[in-house]
Amino acid sequence: MRFALPAIIFVGLVVLFAYNLNRDPTLVPSPLIGKPAPAFDLPTLGGQPAQMSVADLKGRPVLVNFFASWCVSCKIEHPYLLQLAREDRVPIIGIDYKDTDGAARQWLAQHGDPYRRVVLDHVGDMGINWGVYGVPETFVLDAQGVIRYKQVGPMTAEAWRRHVEPLLQAPQSTSVKAPS
Amino acid sequence: MIPELGHFALMLALGAALLQFAAPLVGWRRHDARWMATATSAAHVQFLATVVSFACLAWAFVYCDFSVAYVAQNDNTQMPLMYRIAAVWGAHEGSLLLWVLVLSGWTFAVSIFNRRLPADLSALVLSVLGFVSIGFLLFILLTSDPFTRQFPVPAQGAGLNPILQDPGLAGHPPILYMGYVGFSVAFAFAIAALISGKLDAAWARWARPWTTAAWMFLTLGITLGSWWSYRELGWGGWWFWDPVENASFMPWLAGTALIHSLAVTEKRGLLKSWTVLLSILAFSLSLLGTFLVRSGVLVSVHAFAEDPSRGLFVLAFLGVCVGLALLLFAWRAPLFKSEGELRLMSREGFLLFNNVFLVTSCGAVLLGTLYPLVVNSLGIGKISVGPPYFNAVFLPLFAPLFLLVGFAAVMSWKRGRLDEALRRLRVPAIIAVAAAAVLPFALEGRATVAATAGMLFASWTIFAAVQEVWRRVRSKRRWRNGLASVPRGVWGMTLAHVGLGVWLLGVSFTTSYSIERDVRLAPNAVAELGGYAFSLKDVHKRQGPNYTAQRGDVLVEHDGRRLTTLHPEKRVYPAAGGQMQTKADIDVLPLRDLYVSLGAPYDNGDWGLRLYVKPMVRMIWLGGVLMFCGGLLAASDRRYRLARAADRAALDAVSTQTA
Repeated sequence: MRFALPAIIFVGLVVLFAYNLNRDPTLVPSPLIGKPAPAFDLPTLGGQPAQMSVADLKGRPVLVNFFASWCVSCKIEHPYLLQLAREDRVPIIGIDYKDTDGAARQWLAQHGDPYRRVVLDHVGDMGINWGVYGVPETFVLDAQGVIRYKQVGPMTAEAWRRHVEPLLQAPQSTSVKAPS
Repeated sequence: MIPELGHFALMLALGAALLQFAAPLVGWRRHDARWMATATSAAHVQFLATVVSFACLAWAFVYCDFSVAYVAQNDNTQMPLMYRIAAVWGAHEGSLLLWVLVLSGWTFAVSIFNRRLPADLSALVLSVLGFVSIGFLLFILLTSDPFTRQFPVPAQGAGLNPILQDPGLAGHPPILYMGYVGFSVAFAFAIAALISGKLDAAWARWARPWTTAAWMFLTLGITLGSWWSYRELGWGGWWFWDPVENASFMPWLAGTALIHSLAVTEKRGLLKSWTVLLSILAFSLSLLGTFLVRSGVLVSVHAFAEDPSRGLFVLAFLGVCVGLALLLFAWRAPLFKSEGELRLMSREGFLLFNNVFLVTSCGAVLLGTLYPLVVNSLGIGKISVGPPYFNAVFLPLFAPLFLLVGFAAVMSWKRGRLDEALRRLRVPAIIAVAAAAVLPFALEGRATVAATAGMLFASWTIFAAVQEVWRRVRSKRRWRNGLASVPRGVWGMTLAHVGLGVWLLGVSFTTSYSIERDVRLAPNAVAELGGYAFSLKDVHKRQGPNYTAQRGDVLVEHDGRRLTTLHPEKRVYPAAGGQMQTKADIDVLPLRDLYVSLGAPYDNGDWGLRLYVKPMVRMIWLGGVLMFCGGLLAASDRRYRLARAADRAALDAVSTQTA
């Protein structure tokens, strides 16, 4: 019987590997889910108003989207963000991550601007505080400024349907929509 | 056209492998010598075809044929010739072709050295090797073909990743594969024994040199990888417990247990099931390593391809190959009968302990490597397992071996006597204690627990090993005759165990006494570390063959005397999209390394520098090289090459006297 033990253990291992083949090991769940969004106070592109801080995110559910002009995957999600902006479901705040003013302006002019505001995180400190480890990443905040969901990678229609839409329907996350 | 030739050659190799698998198996069943003998011809054809295929791919790389997609992804006209060749195995498809080349090379070697083997054993061994070749050739031809063409043809290729453009890294995969793949021969011998139901001392004697040869290459391959990582990656470390490093270390641990277990099986006919299981385990761990690197299942700095369809194929092959082997083991291994009794107080008893400790530490590494996968699958969360776990769990399991190894030569077979053994080890023990008490303090100015323990066991290992040779030399009247009377196998064992001791010395001293410092230096300012004075004289631009660099001149002085000037660089490779690489410069001495790497420039002309003083770090790789040399001597021992029936009796008489 003990001679069969290696074979039995091996079968277990194969099952483990087969299960994991289609999962992404680099996906790290955010420890900030359910916590208030970390503080920031940064200049904006366009200067109206000149600075933006985390307090400005409160009052209604909002999407915070980290992007950059040098990011290839951001181009993939950009049409979907433009569509969301057109439908005006939820305001989208763009965070220009480790980029320059000129490059961001040019990129938005070329690809379209779905953002209510664009905050400039040139050094990347906001990204570090929010646990960003790649772009694009999108955070869903509720009216109290608590992070409810983080999308790693491009925002897709499917991810929207499965993860974000239910959060927006839920009673505690909707409140009087004030124009920002 | 050359790439197409290479492609056809691969298909030919597959055909030969199919024949090599099927015909000898049929021949074995029918006891037909001619069917069995076709294995040899098939092995030759497979080797030739694979060499042609590899040569075609190498040609495409040397002449930068960018119409081949794989070449365009990894080659570049500006790269020096050496790296254009190394780029052949720089990514997934090419490295698989290298795997197959090395496998067919080992198969070829078995097919020409098999005149000593009985025909049926040789047939089964070649058949199993054929099976493995089929798996890998199918993998290449179906999912990972390096010869795929692409149009339009780009004007320039992407080039090899800059951190791979280093001599250490160029040589690391071929040598590592010689080891990894070489264990397939031990695997084949084990399967052959299980199928035929015969496992005796003769089988062990035939299997041993092949296994030792594979082991020694694996040792050297791991050593090279560690040395490269220290030189190139600029973090001053030499082992990261990265999943793919572990994937090469686990077969090494199993392989070390195997070469020792084979000795017991050959000498005393004991531990047969252990030996067979270890043979299967060592190769299975090699296959597992192949799977882990190419399936995207684990995150690692080494990961080649993150393609689940490729991962699926490798997993299926792994499942079939290892699964069948283990089922065969479960069914047939109970047939093997031990030829005697095993007493714990004997060399075979101590080697049993050796097996246990090595396999357990291998299991600990496997657990740590796979744990993130298990946790992730069960949905418990995400966890990464790194040096804290491995150092806490692996080291205590591995450490007892350093005590055991001292007894290697003094404990006799069958009935060992502890009092006799301890008497012979008195002198090494005294030297070890003296060295541990004095040297750490004398060399480094202070003693730590780790360094003292390391020095104690390193000296114990080294002097106990040397003691055996000393005793043999002293037993003859003239020392020249004494030296000549030491069998090569004993030289091999001695050198390998000395290498182990040297390795331990390097590890314990580096861990205890390495110092590092990050400084910001203006030109001509001096920073002090460990008694050495480092001053940054100048930083200027330099043009390399395929990069531009900022090169620093750092003057190093000791006690006021000029020692050397080091030249750390920051290189930019335009072909790799402007990828920046930090190239440290190291002043190397056996007893210590001085390591300087360039950091970031500041606006006022200052530069950030990282300085290390690392005592005894060279010993780590010297130990690995010594183990390699020991393995080489052991594998080439004359008694493996004596085959005449008349000498057989003499051989048995001699072998009871030698170690």
